[in-house]
Amino acid sequence: MNDLYIVSFFASAILNSSPLIIAVCGETLTERAGVVNLSLDGSMLMAAMSGFIVAYEMDNIWLGFFAGAAVGAFFALIIAFGSIRLKQSQFAIGFVLTLLGADLSAFLGQNHTRLPGPSVAHLSIPYLADLPILGPLFFDQNIIVYFSFVLVAVTWWWLNRTQPGLHLRSVGERPEAAFARGVKVNLVRYLYSIVGGALVGLAGASYSLGIKIGWSDNHILGLGWIALAIVIFGGWSPVRGAFGAILFGVTKGLATYLQGTFPGVSIQALNSLPWILMIMVLILVSGDFTERLIAYMPQSVQDPLRRQLRLAPPLALGATLDEE
Amino acid sequence: MHVELKEIRKYFGEVKANDNISVSLEPGKIYGLLGENGAGKSTLMKILSGYQPQDSGEILLDHKAVDFPSPAAALGAGLGMLYQDPLDIPPFSIIDNYLLGRDNRLSLDYRTVIAEMNEIITRYGFEADIHAHIDTLSLGERQQLELVRLLAGGAQVFILDEPTTGISVEQKDVLFSSMRKLAHEEGKTIILVSHKLDEVQELCDHAFVLRRGKLVGQSTIPCPNEKLVEMMFGQVPTRRERLPFDLGNPALELINVNISTYRLNVSNINLQIFAGEVIGLAGLEGSGQGILLRTIAGLIQPESGQVVVSGQDLTKSSYHKSRNFGVAYCAAGRLEEGLVSKLSLTEHMLLAEPTHTFMIDWPAARERTNSRIEQYQVVGQPESTADQLSGGNQQRLLFALLNPGLKVILLEHPTRGLDVRSMDWIWEQMYARREDGTALVFMSADLDEILERSDRIAVFSGGVMSRVVNASEVSVDQLGHMIGGQA
Amino acid sequence: MILPRWAERFWPVVPIIGALLFIIALLFLFGADPLESLNIMFLKPFENQAKMLSVMAFWVPLTLCALGLLVTFTGGLWNIGVEGQMILGSLGASWIALTVDAPAFVLIFLEIIVAMLAGALWGALTGFLKTHGKVHEIFGGLALNNLASMLSLYLIAGPWQPPEGGSFRGTPPFQEAALLPRFAESRFSPISFVLTILAIGLVFFALNNSFWGLKLKALGKNARSAFLLGVSSERETIYAMMFCGALAGLGGAVRVLSWFDSLRQNISGGIGYLAILVVMLAAYRLLLVPFISFFFSLVLNGSLTLQLKTQLHSSLGGILTGVMVLFILLFGEASKLGFRKEVEKDE
Repeated sequence: MNDLYIVSFFASAILNSSPLIIAVCGETLTERAGVVNLSLDGSMLMAAMSGFIVAYEMDNIWLGFFAGAAVGAFFALIIAFGSIRLKQSQFAIGFVLTLLGADLSAFLGQNHTRLPGPSVAHLSIPYLADLPILGPLFFDQNIIVYFSFVLVAVTWWWLNRTQPGLHLRSVGERPEAAFARGVKVNLVRYLYSIVGGALVGLAGASYSLGIKIGWSDNHILGLGWIALAIVIFGGWSPVRGAFGAILFGVTKGLATYLQGTFPGVSIQALNSLPWILMIMVLILVSGDFTERLIAYMPQSVQDPLRRQLRLAPPLALGATLDEE
Repeated sequence: MHVELKEIRKYFGEVKANDNISVSLEPGKIYGLLGENGAGKSTLMKILSGYQPQDSGEILLDHKAVDFPSPAAALGAGLGMLYQDPLDIPPFSIIDNYLLGRDNRLSLDYRTVIAEMNEIITRYGFEADIHAHIDTLSLGERQQLELVRLLAGGAQVFILDEPTTGISVEQKDVLFSSMRKLAHEEGKTIILVSHKLDEVQELCDHAFVLRRGKLVGQSTIPCPNEKLVEMMFGQVPTRRERLPFDLGNPALELINVNISTYRLNVSNINLQIFAGEVIGLAGLEGSGQGILLRTIAGLIQPESGQVVVSGQDLTKSSYHKSRNFGVAYCAAGRLEEGLVSKLSLTEHMLLAEPTHTFMIDWPAARERTNSRIEQYQVVGQPESTADQLSGGNQQRLLFALLNPGLKVILLEHPTRGLDVRSMDWIWEQMYARREDGTALVFMSADLDEILERSDRIAVFSGGVMSRVVNASEVSVDQLGHMIGGQA
Repeated sequence: MILPRWAERFWPVVPIIGALLFIIALLFLFGADPLESLNIMFLKPFENQAKMLSVMAFWVPLTLCALGLLVTFTGGLWNIGVEGQMILGSLGASWIALTVDAPAFVLIFLEIIVAMLAGALWGALTGFLKTHGKVHEIFGGLALNNLASMLSLYLIAGPWQPPEGGSFRGTPPFQEAALLPRFAESRFSPISFVLTILAIGLVFFALNNSFWGLKLKALGKNARSAFLLGVSSERETIYAMMFCGALAGLGGAVRVLSWFDSLRQNISGGIGYLAILVVMLAAYRLLLVPFISFFFSLVLNGSLTLQLKTQLHSSLGGILTGVMVLFILLFGEASKLGFRKEVEKDE
């Protein structure tokens, strides 16, 4: 592997993980407001299908993205309505939508499989693209990549530095307190379910319009589940989530590379890596293992360390609140 | 701000939580609102702070009728409530927590806010590292921050719900001096909801007393404690004679038990209870008696000391192990802790029995359930589910589930919500268990019950257990003093 | 809004009619004749023995998984890992089929036992992750599903690849003695059917007549009270997962030993996930499970036939079942949608 190859390897890993980053940001927003949208695998397939068909029929990729976002938002709205208004299990509805999305996308997309269609153009950013290493990695990509990076920054800023973000977090952590301070808890939850769902839809459309261009049955099956896992892996932070997504892209790329170079290495072993990592991270963050480890550290660093390591889910994740 | 509550009524089904209460509060004064648990204090304050609507009656602020759809609206009108369990957001940083519900601009302006907070914190003598997170703070610190937030939100009236439970003496002093400053120097109105008489005596200018949903009296403070106790608890009925009972060997021994929880440390408990004895634990809610019961049951592990049941050391044993050894525990929350909503009475009986067969013989189990529910006068069928029973019958079911031959029975509020006849019945059943050599330890908010039913009484106050007194030798007044923390 | 009493009585069919209308609309959209299509999906299979046998062959593993899930749902567990437990079962059976040489009845007995043990092990792992690692069973199960599927791909491509070289599609066919005897050239094996009927009885007794079932029920409804009544949630959680895993593992064995004759890629065919829908549609009632499961098998096989005849995508069956469950979740209870019951007058 020479230097040039390494750079192009990472550039393509970044390109491949960019839709995942978008989906992770969307789901992070939804979960930080206390709602779990479990349907990602199904809604991303639906969005990929509708995004491609609309772009193909209208010959306009922007309409395709819009359609994908709308479909994702609609799926999320069903979950929000079912759990907030009807008090049904978010997991049950999300799970049904996961399976339904796969079947429905296969059926609705059956006349549009394996067609050459419109796709997002490559877009080099002048001057910046000429930077050594950084240029090809970050500035010689397409708009999906740029959007995903801007989205990570905006999501982080929105969550941590704005008033609406403060409301969003409070609703996910302690809805009773948020309600007492005048936050409209259920409205906020509807809003971020829809916004998060729309981003998940954009991610689905990004696949069919920019990464794995076109549509075929179960086109991106399994990636929604990966996105859900990465949200946990990233500790409900968009920045860490983005790193998780890129890490996933890199392991994926590495698997393909090693498969070609060293046929002896099992591709399955490498593909299992994200899942094994996810389990280990989950055990680390939710078990009492981390706490025991921290207890050995000097007193002064214990609290900051705990805050860095303790990737705890929002306290009210999945719980509903009756607004009297 | 002048506050007036006029003829406030709030019923929950049959229960009259607030029955025609009218009070009037002047600015610049500190008021105490006294009453036992369930007297209607928190309901009244929740209505005043916009947390729940009244059924009838009105609230007047500076002689104008107001109506709060939400707590935020109440704070907007100048009414701030400090809850016993602070309504803050534990994972947040102090600044974020302070900002929530305050700043209306899109981007958060930390610099101004830090200056603002620091100014309030120093003015009232609080202490806080405002870069820390809420979940690393003590209860007292969280309370101070809630006060800071209410002050910044423009509160003119402060409602404090049992504010001294779980905070240190120093924090209490800081809190009280800030209250005095707020009322007497800045003209705010303050309401202290409490059942600690000495605190009311120390801080308040005037006290209202509620009992069973009604305003039963008021007095300017200071006034004799006896007068307040009488208003709070009403006339104490004459004690009924009980047959003397010969006590057996020690059934339960607590040796130097220390328990530490987030809210409270209970220290140095030494107690010996004999087979057949009934011990009542008196004290305000959250003074340590509940924690002690849970420790004996094996639900909380003590920090040090020994729990010995019938000569066997159960200090380190789990709840299930203690349970199998003959230590039974009945929690106060029936459908939350003890019964399972959608399970039938027979199913409860089966689960609670000490021995089980692999397959269930339903007809026989139904038979056993039938005789048990007849014995305990539970109105229901073996097939009825626990949630179909009335509250009183759920309580009877809990007792019916206690197996024969137990060594120790631990009861939390055993007769809460029951009528007099059911209470007598329940206690008859409990006394019958003395024959088995069972020792009984119960806690209750009802002083009459403690006095009437116990052989000996231990009083808890702020995690400290008083000396144990004989029930026949103690007066209500003495008990009232001990509960108020004046040993 | 007040709902008249007659409408209230018929409310339960509203979601089902809604789902059918949804399907009919889809068929119109793709220019198919709805009546003809529904006829092919629902009624035609009854006229054809081979079709019926195929439906029943699909029914067996689906019902086995659904039965196991009833147990875990009773304990309040979302055992999404049933899919992986099934895969592990098929791996266990394949391992015996490929490596042991013995008379048919010994082989089959061994295959079934090992498959059930393997499924139970995978279930126990999810349970253990939940009780000891505090990993929610949905995510633990999901990860283990994927790991199981990677493991099967690895075995197909590696140690168990056919002698002529790995095609990545499946192992070589098993020896004849290792396969379940099948009925009339079909994929349906009577032994597996009998085992499923036995499993229905077993689950019925476990849930209704065993003390263990009662403990699970208490655990699922109120874990705190159950604990205070003496139920150990950790132990029962792991046992319930193992029970479900064993049944799903048996289902996996049936997949390799009678539906196919070898271990294939995607051996589970999503049956584990489908079984979750079956149990939800059956409203967690055991006696409905075999029938709902039959309905699912019928519709899914029917949509395959439909694809052969009309080129319509076979996912139609999955859409029908999915929409039905979704509509029942959303519109199943009239009162939750803001309708009020008519006031009883004659009281």
